Amino acid sequence: MELLVSSAIGILTAGGLYLLLRLRTFPVILGISLLTYAVNVFLFASGGLTIGAPPILRDGIDAYTDPLPQALVLTAIVISFGMTAVVVMIGLGAFLGSDDDHVDDQPEPDEDRSESTS
Amino acid sequence: MSLFIIVALPFLGALLPGLMNSAGRAATAGVTFAISLAAFVGLLTNLPTVLAGEVVMARVDWMPLLGLNFSLMLDGLGFFFALLILGIGLLIIAYARHYLSRDDNMGQFFTYLLLFQGAMVGIVLSNNILLLLVFWELTSLSSFLLIGYWKHLPEGRQGARMALTVTGMGGLAMIGGMLILGEIVGSYDLSVILQNRDAIQADPLYVPALLLILLGCFTKSAQFPFHFWLPHAMAAPTPVSAYLHSATMVKAGIFLMARMWPVLSGTPEWFTIIMTVGLITMVLGAVIALFKHDLKALLAFSTVSHLGLITMLLGTGTAFGAMAAVFHILNHATFKAALFMSAGIIDHEAHTRDIRRLGGLRKLMPVTFVIASLAALSMAGIPLLNGFLSKEMMLEEANHTVLFNSPWLVPALATFGSLFSAAYCFRLIGHVFFGPVRDDYPAKPHDPGSGLWLPPAILVVFVVLIGVAPFMAEPFVKLVTASLLGDAAEVPKAYFKIWHGLVPALYMSLIAVVGGLLMLLIFKPSLRLWDKAPRPEAKVIFEAIVEGVVRLARALILPLHNGAFTRYAAIGAVVFVVAGYHAWTTGTVGATTRTLQAVNFVSIAGWMMLVAATVGMVLMHRNRLLSLILIGIVGLMVSIGFVYFSAPDLAMTQFTVEVVTIILLLLALNFLPNTTPIESSILRRVRDAGVAVIGGLATFALSYHYILRDAVSAPISEFHVANSYKGGGGTNVVNVILVDFRGFDTYGEIIVLGIAALLIYALTESLLSGPVRARLLNRKPDQARAGDKHPMMMVVMTRVIMPVVLMVGFYIFLRGHNEPGGGFIAGLIVSIGVVMQYMASGFGWASARLRYPYHGVIGAGVLIAGLTGIGSWFVSKPFLTSDFTYVRIPPFEKFELATAALFDLGVFLAVVGAVMLSLESFSRLARLAQEPSDDEPMDIDPSRDDLPTSLASSEKEGV
Repeated sequence: MELLVSSAIGILTAGGLYLLLRLRTFPVILGISLLTYAVNVFLFASGGLTIGAPPILRDGIDAYTDPLPQALVLTAIVISFGMTAVVVMIGLGAFLGSDDDHVDDQPEPDEDRSESTS
Repeated sequence: MSLFIIVALPFLGALLPGLMNSAGRAATAGVTFAISLAAFVGLLTNLPTVLAGEVVMARVDWMPLLGLNFSLMLDGLGFFFALLILGIGLLIIAYARHYLSRDDNMGQFFTYLLLFQGAMVGIVLSNNILLLLVFWELTSLSSFLLIGYWKHLPEGRQGARMALTVTGMGGLAMIGGMLILGEIVGSYDLSVILQNRDAIQADPLYVPALLLILLGCFTKSAQFPFHFWLPHAMAAPTPVSAYLHSATMVKAGIFLMARMWPVLSGTPEWFTIIMTVGLITMVLGAVIALFKHDLKALLAFSTVSHLGLITMLLGTGTAFGAMAAVFHILNHATFKAALFMSAGIIDHEAHTRDIRRLGGLRKLMPVTFVIASLAALSMAGIPLLNGFLSKEMMLEEANHTVLFNSPWLVPALATFGSLFSAAYCFRLIGHVFFGPVRDDYPAKPHDPGSGLWLPPAILVVFVVLIGVAPFMAEPFVKLVTASLLGDAAEVPKAYFKIWHGLVPALYMSLIAVVGGLLMLLIFKPSLRLWDKAPRPEAKVIFEAIVEGVVRLARALILPLHNGAFTRYAAIGAVVFVVAGYHAWTTGTVGATTRTLQAVNFVSIAGWMMLVAATVGMVLMHRNRLLSLILIGIVGLMVSIGFVYFSAPDLAMTQFTVEVVTIILLLLALNFLPNTTPIESSILRRVRDAGVAVIGGLATFALSYHYILRDAVSAPISEFHVANSYKGGGGTNVVNVILVDFRGFDTYGEIIVLGIAALLIYALTESLLSGPVRARLLNRKPDQARAGDKHPMMMVVMTRVIMPVVLMVGFYIFLRGHNEPGGGFIAGLIVSIGVVMQYMASGFGWASARLRYPYHGVIGAGVLIAGLTGIGSWFVSKPFLTSDFTYVRIPPFEKFELATAALFDLGVFLAVVGAVMLSLESFSRLARLAQEPSDDEPMDIDPSRDDLPTSLASSEKEGV
């Protein structure tokens, strides 16, 4: 089971990294989302993998999974939504403004770079 | 008056001149004058205490942990400088009122001037060296504004930039020195530092600290080799030159050397460095000054020379030297400010400052002639004027000083410097005022109104008064000297008088004056010689250095930081892996403490779906809609994984967030291209895949090792589980952690979430008010529009289901404390319910029924959560302490009331508001791009024949 989870984390990371290195905003945002999953699952798994022992206190049961990573990941999930939304908005705004959704600065054909920065 | 008020007055007053601008020039200057006068009088009210030899202190703790406190101190030395700053400041303000022309923005000028004045007073009154640094940098900044006041003049801008660069860099060095000093002593309070002479001088870091502090002083006080900025700063209006560059700012470095004199002086390093620098500066400045044709440039270099003289006197490390330095600071401030103002008058009246074009002004401007001549003669060291007295003391001190084992070096150089000093003073008088009256002045010169000549005249009165009756200044100078020396030395007994007998200093003085006169006689041939001699031009060197640094920075930064996000990401990923590998190989890895658990069919199936979806995303990411569906599968699998591994709260959160994220991305995709074109080469893709595989393998290995081991020390989770019910009153430990144990964290998080949503809103607003608006209005949809925008089935369904969704949200919210659920999840569920209304019935319909704007909902959420936290203050508990109780209202079961529930309500509202505001903002973009026909729900759009031309081609691409 541990092997499955950690390999899933690895695959999510690899997929996320590959998409992160693409040249257009949309795949990059999806790549960030995949990385978010990987990080969240990793944080969650740091408390160990326990099946059938949710941290809901019950009489007579005293074995629970670690609740702390869960609490941390819960807020991380919500915050990551907010951050994704901001990044999407920035990407969208850039595209609408310039009709170009590259993530890298595009070379300016008419203007000499060194002059523009002096 | 409290020291705080004295320092604060110019800063607060700086607001006024700018506002008074429309009230006229006299009112603006009057207000500035009144503010300065108030500070000046405030300073004088402290005079009796200072005269009694006591020190006035005022202190407010600012950042005590850093040692940075707003601590002020007024002793003799501070009083002396503050008196010069505020007193001469008053004269300068009066002078500037008449000097500035109608085209100059007077309010701006006086605002800068008051800022500078406040910073300067702050420096001399600081009792904390960190605070002193703050004021120090403020003087650099405000002097930058003042030097560049005439923005239209390129010389002004260049001079201001040069001054800021040089003094700013010196300030940086000084910060280092001050920090070392504070570390040695263990306190940043000046009064404490001044008590620790032995500890500081014995410390191995004494020399670096001294060097760094002196760098700051030398740059500020224009000492060689940093003297070059001062003449270039002369592009400033003359009141600025008179104020900053003769009387105050350039004295800041000298002030600091004087301030630190008791603890830093007396060592060979102090003596050698300061003596050498001071001597070179004094001689060099005097020689260059003689050959300058611009009156202000001449005065600037003479200032450099005199600053060198004072520096040298402080460098001697003797009490007599220090006293001579104090006396000369006073004298120099009076005659030099008067000379600068006179130069300003000549410039103002004759429209030129070029000495070669002047001459004969004695007859045309008699008043100015008297003022300037007296001041210049004082500077030359002619008896019965104050410059003579302090120059005699300097020569006397030089006569006793042995530098580099040579008893004649210092006296000879001092005499040489004085000779040139006398020569340029005579040249100033002779070539400007004497000689025949010319008829080719750019403007017909005549004496100005009293507004211009009165301020320098007042200064010249002091020049003569002190010169004739030195005993009048003696007690004051001795008082200042005593406070400068501190406990380090006794105030010398020497008396201030004009006639000391036939002492060597008198002969040296005589040589200087006679030599100066002779020098003037052979001025023409020596000028030819001077012009032929090769000289390094400081400005050229400075600009070459700056350009070199810029080129270096560009060569370093541009290749590294070329705007390619992809490159940063790749480099970042590789660096992370390498750092992790390094930690892995150098650290120790504990033994596994957990056993592998068995795998069953369901989990393998789930894993396979997740992997398939991820791989599919990577392979087919060019089809954006498809990859969006695939990422939905990934999210779903992650949620199911959370359920499987005992995390119901997480699963619910992930699931609901998934829904809103997909909706959000769909809204964005509405505008973005539907496909990603192939741009990267095979090689590049192989490289990226390599980085990705390495990163994936690294995280795989890391997490695999991590999961199989317990934490090294017992985690706090045990405490949370044990106290969740007892202390927090809830059985859902995750929720109790969120709203209780780590409530402050959660509070911060909802604020971040709210800010993110507001940021999105703001970006939308700016998009909608910019050129994008027109673009959106003209946008042709790239997909066929649906015939029925609001399908009846969906509309009916969502409306029927809405109350159910709200009820579920309510239920999830209420049970959150004890069962999976809570504010976050309930907020997301309710948001989805509302979003469904938007989707089904249209934006217009839904927003028309919106009672509260989402900003308000976010704000209410944050406020409720915050007020809940503040509530605990009323029972004297820390912020966000929770409490709960059980109540029973007869027909119902016993139930719990907890303050945490109120906090959770805040979380709930903030989440609803943030999610909805983000989605709404995206929808507003979309709404603008379409015809606003969705006011009515369930309408049928008859215009289906507007099939976009791009549709056919886009279907080919979308593979």
